[in-house]
Amino acid sequence: MARITLDHIRHAYGPNPSSEKDYALREVDHEWEDGGAYALLGPSGCGKTTLLNIISGLLHPSHGRILFGGKDVTDLSTQERNIAQVFQFPVIYDTMTVYDNLAFPLRNRNVPEAEVDRRVRDMLEIIDLADWSNRKAQRLTADQKQKISLGRGLVRNDVNAILFDEPLTVIDPHMKWVLRSQLKRLHKQFGFTMVYVTHDQTEALTFADKVVVMFEGEIVQIGTPAELFERPRHTFVGYFIGSPGMNVLPARLEGSNAHVGAQAVALDHAPDVKAGDRIEIGIRPEFIRIGREGMPVRISRVEDIGRHRIVRAEFEGQPIAIVSAEGEDIPAEARISFDPSAVNIYANSWRIGAKV
Amino acid sequence: MLELRNAAKLVGGDYHIHPTSLSLSRGSLNVLLGPTLSGKTSLMRLMAGLDRPTSGSVVFDGVDVTGMPVQKRNVAMVYQQFINYSAFTVYENIASPMRIAGKDSATIDREVRKAAELMRLTPYLDRTPLNLSGGQQQRTALARALVKNASLVLMDEPLANLDYKLREELRAELPKIFALSGAIFVYATTEPHEALLLGGNTATLREGRITQFGPTIEVYRKPGDLATAKTFADPPLNSLGVIKANGTFRHSGSGDMPVPAHLAHIADGPVTIAFHPHHLALAPQTPNAPRLRARIQIAEITGSESFVHLDFGGARWIMLAPGIHDIDPDTQVDIFLDSRHLMAFREDGAAISTQMAA
Amino acid sequence: MEKTWNNKAWFLVTPVLLLVAFSAVIPLMTVVNYSVQDTFGNNEFFWAGTDWFVQMLHSSRFWDALVRNLIFSFVILLIEIPLGIFIALNMPKHGIGVPVCLVLMALPLLIPWNVVGTIWQVFGRVDIGLLGHALEAIGIDYNYVRNPSDAWATVILMDVWHWTSLVVLLCYAGLVSIPDAYYQAAKIDGASRWAVFRYIQLPKMKRVLLIAVLLRFMDSFMIYTEPFVVTGGGPGNSTTFLSIDLVKMAIGQFDLGPAAAMSIIYFLIILLMSWVFYTVMTSSDADA
Repeated sequence: MARITLDHIRHAYGPNPSSEKDYALREVDHEWEDGGAYALLGPSGCGKTTLLNIISGLLHPSHGRILFGGKDVTDLSTQERNIAQVFQFPVIYDTMTVYDNLAFPLRNRNVPEAEVDRRVRDMLEIIDLADWSNRKAQRLTADQKQKISLGRGLVRNDVNAILFDEPLTVIDPHMKWVLRSQLKRLHKQFGFTMVYVTHDQTEALTFADKVVVMFEGEIVQIGTPAELFERPRHTFVGYFIGSPGMNVLPARLEGSNAHVGAQAVALDHAPDVKAGDRIEIGIRPEFIRIGREGMPVRISRVEDIGRHRIVRAEFEGQPIAIVSAEGEDIPAEARISFDPSAVNIYANSWRIGAKV
Repeated sequence: MLELRNAAKLVGGDYHIHPTSLSLSRGSLNVLLGPTLSGKTSLMRLMAGLDRPTSGSVVFDGVDVTGMPVQKRNVAMVYQQFINYSAFTVYENIASPMRIAGKDSATIDREVRKAAELMRLTPYLDRTPLNLSGGQQQRTALARALVKNASLVLMDEPLANLDYKLREELRAELPKIFALSGAIFVYATTEPHEALLLGGNTATLREGRITQFGPTIEVYRKPGDLATAKTFADPPLNSLGVIKANGTFRHSGSGDMPVPAHLAHIADGPVTIAFHPHHLALAPQTPNAPRLRARIQIAEITGSESFVHLDFGGARWIMLAPGIHDIDPDTQVDIFLDSRHLMAFREDGAAISTQMAA
Repeated sequence: MEKTWNNKAWFLVTPVLLLVAFSAVIPLMTVVNYSVQDTFGNNEFFWAGTDWFVQMLHSSRFWDALVRNLIFSFVILLIEIPLGIFIALNMPKHGIGVPVCLVLMALPLLIPWNVVGTIWQVFGRVDIGLLGHALEAIGIDYNYVRNPSDAWATVILMDVWHWTSLVVLLCYAGLVSIPDAYYQAAKIDGASRWAVFRYIQLPKMKRVLLIAVLLRFMDSFMIYTEPFVVTGGGPGNSTTFLSIDLVKMAIGQFDLGPAAAMSIIYFLIILLMSWVFYTVMTSSDADA
């Protein structure tokens, strides 16, 4: 296992990038800890797969260096980097048995057969395919095939990092819960450095210690799931994480009050803004209380999704989403109040802290 | 109205669809919810007329259409893959069903622009589908299905290949679009969450059988059997086989818990109790919520909540607890069950009706 | 899978059925008719029963030709299939090279059989042909008109030149359908070049290879035009394959009865061999 250093990496697919727009990946300069579980999260085209391919060695970055445990591997091939990778769609060797599929990466590296047997059998238990070990891989279901792909990625214990490229895309919702928690358990147990690419926030947040949110070729925020949820650095992070995403409302600031239309929202701090900044406040639907007290809203729709309801409403001419717990009363003349500690202030889309 | 009357599909001796009766009314949104290979696509193919049922019939507005080829029915379909004519512009793609129907160009132009506006495709009308994002491509396919003015619109996991956030946006738009059209919509998905967000009616499928059909939220709240309850749960449903004896549910691996009032009437003997992950918590929800002891498997943090995977006397449970609880694996913890929401099922899986305290 | 009943389908397939009837079934029946009768022309027929079949199966001429056919098919499969795979593996997968290679590969396939024969007939001639003359010049005694082994070598070389492209194109189609992720995964798993071929490329090419082997077997077993043009079946009978023999018998000697019996035996052999090939090659699919 190794620490991964991304040293001023930039990448353009075209030959002569002239402007920032030509870069699929703009300036990534970070260090990822040994044994960390990182998720790269973002919409398609945000550069997350490009970054993953640079780490795995399938792509050579246009600029910058990549280091594993302090050793420069920029010019090394995928094989030489000694990593494992699991792809979006199952990659299995059709003609081999399940057992041989798992043994393949070990045998290719001349691991003694007794050791191969021990590790393959362990892995078969973990991915719950022990009863299938002598079956040809070709006939299995997509779930099972993807489990083999996962197993092949995890069977080696000498890798620098294990990379996952949206590995649960083809898996049914129930099986996702099982596989994801198994992955997480394995991570806790063995401390692999893992990098997991996904567009699905639930997968990213639940899997990773640190989530790397990417947007238009840049990393907008790296943080723990709680940080991303409670303190999104950029309105994009607020929108992208959370379902529904954060409500972002244009506002004016006066001391430690924010004015949205005719309403004043109390803040727990006085934000440090400059004149001329475009100010917005961000509040998560989960932190808005709906009831008979507070500011008036006009409810347009209530979606009952079982464990809670999503109230779609209009607040001072702006659409707003509110999460209301199961069984909570929603009055016809509804009023809302914001939890002051959960209100974030954004100037030109970037979060600003308190005045010092 | 579309009716399936005992329609079944037998392939090589196996029922892909067991005899099914179902009626869908005009202007309704119907979700087919079930895991992969549960028969959603097979059922849609029967509805569309792409396959002929082995037995039973398909009746549309009182007319038996069993065996009538799909070309002669007024059906539109949208698939998981983005299927568009790649050589045509978005405009021509949307216009294509009307061109086939021989509509005049003024009507076509009006309808195309209306559908494009609805699907927010107006700026892209002159582009070809390959120059669009996945979401735009799928919106083009949806627009084409809409302008066809079909009486039956079938959608087979139409959002599955889109990004999470895009799905969320389209999912919010779809019910509004459905409401404007008078067609029967059938929407297949594997995700319970998606069914709940779409609303309408839901039919849960398992192994080629419809286990329940009714208004979505009712099917979710009052599943008729354990299979339906499990299909309609994400995160997965927690369940436990227990023996009811007097006022307690006994479980060999973990001890007893009191029977809540709404289940007090059921007869003593074996039952399966089940509940959703958000009805477990680390703190008591009500003063007399039963306290249980479980071992932590792994904790997953998601924003402001935690999914805690538990081992409860051998049963694998998930707790969705508010707040951040990064508890180490193999720790023993006290958990509390909001037993007001407990469901009970007989040994054969049928739900036992509850006596709700009003 | 059972589809919705559609009467239109019958209208669409009827022309094909009629065409097949006229082009295959009716001639076949004529041949069957000839094979059980004796005729001297002028429309007089005598019932011969199985005589012609017995005669054919006892003639060394028939067995010699059959053995020649089998050896020929065996040799060209042994050369063309591996060579085809090898070329397909080494063809570019991206860029400008792809269309160039594809066109080059397709060229031999576009030339009519008899022209191929003529090309090689001239090409191999010792007096004016490029190949024959060159071989002669470097001191190799080569003459396909006189020497049976030279005749064989020429016919095989010609067939390889003409038909390896087909194998290449089929294999290439199989290869390009393999997603990149497979190659990437193999790299990450540390697979050798051989392992990539054995466990990824070969399994993915299996279906097209089956088609290639079947087509090449049937075609080579029925070879007629090229050896007829180049060697005329000689020297002696050394390149007289079944089809050439058949024509000699039917047209040259006007032995219609025996020729018809031979055609039927020939037809049954091809049918049987194709079936055997197909069963053997698809049987490995059924296990697991």
